Amino acid sequence: MYRTTALTLSLALIASSALAEGSLTVASWGGAFQNAQSKALFEPASAAMGIEVKQETYGGMADVRLQVQTGAVTFDIVASGSGSAARAGAEGLLEPLDYSLIDVKDFVPGTYSDYCVGGDIFSTTYAWNTATFGDAGPQNWADFWDTAKFPGTRAYRGNSVAGALEPALMADGVAPQDVYKVLDSEEGIERALNKIRELKPAISVYWTSGAQQAQLMKDGEVDMATGWNGRFDTAKADGAKVAYNLNQSLLDYDCFAIPKGAPNKDLAMKFLAEISKAEYQDDLPKYITYGPTNMKAYETGEISPELAATLPSSPENVAKQLPISLEWYIKWETRATEMFQEMLTE
Amino acid sequence: MATSAVPDLNAAGLKRDASLEQFRLFGLSFPALALVVVVLVIPVAWLFVLSFVGADGAFSLENYTRMVELKSYRRIFLITFQVSFITTALAILAGYPFAYFLAQMPPRIANLFMIAVLLPFWTSVLVRTYAWLVLLQKQGLINQWAISLGIWDEPVAMVNNMSGTLIGMLHIMLPFLILPVYGTMKAVDQDMVKAASSLGASPTRAFWSVYFPLTLPGLFAGALMVFILCLGFYITPAVLGGGKIIMVSMKIVSNIELFVNWGAASALGVVLLVIAGIILWAAARFVRLDQLAGGGH
Repeated sequence: MYRTTALTLSLALIASSALAEGSLTVASWGGAFQNAQSKALFEPASAAMGIEVKQETYGGMADVRLQVQTGAVTFDIVASGSGSAARAGAEGLLEPLDYSLIDVKDFVPGTYSDYCVGGDIFSTTYAWNTATFGDAGPQNWADFWDTAKFPGTRAYRGNSVAGALEPALMADGVAPQDVYKVLDSEEGIERALNKIRELKPAISVYWTSGAQQAQLMKDGEVDMATGWNGRFDTAKADGAKVAYNLNQSLLDYDCFAIPKGAPNKDLAMKFLAEISKAEYQDDLPKYITYGPTNMKAYETGEISPELAATLPSSPENVAKQLPISLEWYIKWETRATEMFQEMLTE
Repeated sequence: MATSAVPDLNAAGLKRDASLEQFRLFGLSFPALALVVVVLVIPVAWLFVLSFVGADGAFSLENYTRMVELKSYRRIFLITFQVSFITTALAILAGYPFAYFLAQMPPRIANLFMIAVLLPFWTSVLVRTYAWLVLLQKQGLINQWAISLGIWDEPVAMVNNMSGTLIGMLHIMLPFLILPVYGTMKAVDQDMVKAASSLGASPTRAFWSVYFPLTLPGLFAGALMVFILCLGFYITPAVLGGGKIIMVSMKIVSNIELFVNWGAASALGVVLLVIAGIILWAAARFVRLDQLAGGGH
């Protein structure tokens, strides 16, 4: 067993050292999101550092787990959701990040962790079809659940429990600041699931990706959908009749991590230090409406005040939202997912 | 004395030739055989072993007991069988008459229609599945046309549900039914049908008493193929089912992605494999398995 692992590992090393000296492989989620990362972060930073950056899309931490377990790690950097990165880090799949190299002193508090450094701030929100409801769409989660006031079909998260339970509790009358307290037990999770059961007759699609959220709204397949704010803005720019409201939305961040045993770990660390700088992050909102994690990015003049006001990370918007609790996800995600999937098959 | 030595010599020579030929045949099939062992037998065996490994890495039956304890697994297997069964039934209803029509046409025209069957068969399943999504959705082509033609007034929900899944699966599975059925139909001796007629059978009677039974092996082979392919189908129900039609293959993916658990996913794969094996075994009593590859003669 040890020998095969060593063999695969050395083969992987030979394969990777055959590439150019300064070369990195970065994996992200594809679509409008990766396109924005590419234009704002990866391409300019690779040019500045004089290295080659190869981009791939991947299926999340399950892929990293597979690579680490088989000793054939090909990704140097992966973009991840904050929650799954926290879990993967606890599981030993990621390299600890060197914060003497990566400067996070101007970061929004809580947007970096031992294993993952924040790249953007986004929001899980509710969007509506403006052809159906005009500009007066739902203003909170209770409205999203109110099929008498807002008759029409809904799309809801399907493949994961991330961001799926909090809205249900808020719709059930739990104050945002109490959501994670209530969720901290199986009864609390069950309460959220019961609220989703209530909405089930109106849910016509359970989405599994950001691209699908955009497609559903653009094609008018549903009248309301939960999803990530940047995807809805991209759909809107693409001609979709869609609007969203950040009130009671879930504030979250995406981050970058280095898989354990990454072939170019040291270079990857330097690259993360580079793309965490304000001079790169300030370009990101031009391509997708996600806010920078480095607050200095607001001071370079690249982000106009009008644009800043629309980002989930603007102070005004932050106050309206519920920040995601990573602790809750580390503790409950597996059990909650199991219960959530039971509910879906009913 | 010399006369008895010749047949002996002959027999020995024949035997040597036979074993040489066998050896050559084995040599020729060796690469394919090795490939099957490396890419199929070993991984499946590994899968089987993994399914008995619990979350803590020790031997455990938890991956199987979970399937009995959690209601969702029963529901998922039920839905998988439901979808597979209905798709197979629809494929027979749509595919058999089409194959019959093909078999009756002159070859030139039959070939033309055969291309119509094969062309989608050669197109990526993913592309065809998304094409159905575009056609069937609320603001899709079919709804738009039907509404503008006044066939119905409100958009009909044809996708993101069971019906969308069945339409997509049927379209993808049809060639698997048509091809073997067409093969057996072409092999049917037309004189048999003529004989039936000359003995006084009406065309309907001749069809049901003579022609149809002769084509049954092909129909059975095709239906079996469709059913087993349906059992493990992933992409079409995932895209056209709207997240509401959850089949075993989708549960396998979510087990891997979410539960960090190769064992749980492997156990599902093993159960599915065993079920497919049982079906094949039962089917082998009615039909020769080599006919599954098509042809049927």
